[in-house]
Amino acid sequence: MSILEIKNLKASVDGKQILKGINLTVNAGETHAIMGPNGSGKSTLAQILVGRKDYSVEGRVRYDGKDLLDMDVEERAREGIFLAFQYPVEIPGVNSTYFLKAAYNEIRKHRGQPEVDAMEFLTLVKEKMKILELDQSLLNRPVNEGFSGGEKKRNEIFQMAVLDPKLAILDETDSGLDIDALKIVASGVNKLKRADNAQIIITHYQRLLNFIIPDFVHVLFDGRIIRSGGKELALELEEKGYDWIVKHPQAKELVAS
Amino acid sequence: MIQTEKMSPARKPVAPAPTAGQSFLAKFEEFERGRVRQSPDWLYPIRKAGIAHFAELGFPTVQNEEWRYTNIAPIAKLPFHPILERPASLPALKEIETLFIPGLKCSRMVFVDGHYAPELSAIADGIKACGLSEAWKTEARLLERHLGRYVHCEENAFVALNTAFFTDGAFIHIPANSQIEDPVHLLFVSRSSEPGSSSHPRNLVIAERGSRCRIIEHYASLPALSESKGSRSNGSDAPTLTNAVTEIVVGEDASVEHCKWQAESLSAFHIATLQVQQEGKSRVIQHSISTGAKIARIDIHLVLGGEGIESILNGLYLGGGDQLVDHHTVVDHAAPRCASHEFYNGILDGKSKGVFNGKIFVRKDAQKTDAKQTSRNLLLSDEATIDTKPQLEIFADDVKCTHGATVGQLNEEEIFYLRSRGIGAENARRMLIHAFASDVINRITLAPIREELEKLMSERLDREGV
Repeated sequence: MSILEIKNLKASVDGKQILKGINLTVNAGETHAIMGPNGSGKSTLAQILVGRKDYSVEGRVRYDGKDLLDMDVEERAREGIFLAFQYPVEIPGVNSTYFLKAAYNEIRKHRGQPEVDAMEFLTLVKEKMKILELDQSLLNRPVNEGFSGGEKKRNEIFQMAVLDPKLAILDETDSGLDIDALKIVASGVNKLKRADNAQIIITHYQRLLNFIIPDFVHVLFDGRIIRSGGKELALELEEKGYDWIVKHPQAKELVAS
Repeated sequence: MIQTEKMSPARKPVAPAPTAGQSFLAKFEEFERGRVRQSPDWLYPIRKAGIAHFAELGFPTVQNEEWRYTNIAPIAKLPFHPILERPASLPALKEIETLFIPGLKCSRMVFVDGHYAPELSAIADGIKACGLSEAWKTEARLLERHLGRYVHCEENAFVALNTAFFTDGAFIHIPANSQIEDPVHLLFVSRSSEPGSSSHPRNLVIAERGSRCRIIEHYASLPALSESKGSRSNGSDAPTLTNAVTEIVVGEDASVEHCKWQAESLSAFHIATLQVQQEGKSRVIQHSISTGAKIARIDIHLVLGGEGIESILNGLYLGGGDQLVDHHTVVDHAAPRCASHEFYNGILDGKSKGVFNGKIFVRKDAQKTDAKQTSRNLLLSDEATIDTKPQLEIFADDVKCTHGATVGQLNEEEIFYLRSRGIGAENARRMLIHAFASDVINRITLAPIREELEKLMSERLDREGV
């Protein structure tokens, strides 16, 4: 069953077209990697899916059978969309636990489930923290404030573990992570994968895909997906560089059209 | 939070407007005739100097640089009715209790319209605290040495007026190397309904060398200003004036936490000066929370007079409706190797107006000074305004001084992040406003006060805006 269906998605900002017609279907149980050089539109795609309204958007996005583009940011989150930010935002003064409990209960309310109290939540959180090997003291600190780059990224995946999304989008989660942290994050993501959810991994490098094995790899270039394939595409890309694909006759044709 | 204001040099005060009405002088003479037998001899010249300075200065106008953004014409226009006599009847304890801070274990001194009410107070054994009017009989030598020695009557008309007319206030003496375990809650209740009636409380705290204490200076009205859901009740409707002066002397190696909370009714005027004189190696943490009053003007002046002092100034002001709240702070580094950190946050909604003026002096001898000041302001409506101005005057060459002022709306990226996790837009907004206030509230060491202020924030946010 498809969780996400993107049809001919175009997006522009200040008259500049960034996405030029994206088509992508993501089914339950699948992990898709979207790769591409800087400026190809990867992060824009992530931002539009999560509900950023800075773009003028055309095309259709169906999520879980509903029209996604009609929904507000918070509604999408409550329906199970989660973005692990490329640059997680520091929120001084808002306690991490308080924030995450509020988010968790909003999602539960939306699903018609009773809210959890502080004790129940703490139990859940402790369990999820182990997956990411995060220090519990982070919970007492303001959201992302004073976190190292690696802690911020791990914290995103920790939030993902707690909120248990149906569709998780990881935007350059590997950037700023050393190899040990990368392994922890990847193993966390893998543990969260189930038959009824899906993941989109956005990354510039192939490195992360050594640890999170994608079912499909898509190459985004100049606002279009110019090539799709299996996990071996990522390796090929790593070996030959983006130029190889960009100069590929098939790609040239696509970009020209 | 975007724009950073650069340092602007101090301007010379414009000559004050003349004329303090004859009525003040007449009132003073009448007052002194009646009081002379009760007031000790040494006090008379101090009072006399007070009224003379007031007569010379008159009420400040916006032509005066120090009062440029705060027009106190509504106060100057009021009839002058200082409440000079103890009230004939006191409010019931039950009424006063509504103003207590739940869970705060403390000694409490209650003042009604500026007069000490021992009947409503409870001071723990062993604490040397009493009404000032009693102290000038029993502690004459201490008072004579300290009272009025630190404030500047010649510069501030309201301090001069207070000095002429004060009748009572709190006197607290913490002897050398002793400490007051539980904090002392000074509760100033204003309940007069007569327009123009004014109280002029005068407080003196002497923390001797090596002593420790925590003091809460709390101003409130009866009926209490209510922040409950749906509406914000005004407290009393009468335009009254509280004109308070507090002097705190902090001896060597002494440690004082002082928390001032101004929560008077929305028709009240609140003018206050806090003067702190610190000696070497002493530590002061001073909080100024301003939530009430129609016009509040609070002057806080610290003199760091010995080496190795640490001072923190921590302030939060909330403005809504047509409130005006003005903080003027001065940190005077007069000795080497002192550190002062100042954090002021303001949240302004409706048509309210905020003023923050933070002066830092670093005197010629005050080498190795470490002074830091931040003024952050959140404007929640298009009509709310803030004037924030850091003023640094540095005469030493080996110092570290930083300042920053920001004025802005809520951060859209932060709101987006919260919403992307499922938190609704309105709730996200409230979380961020609350956090902005908590930043200051969290520096208060007394948990019950933090909780009370957190509760007040939630209640205000439950209503429209702040």
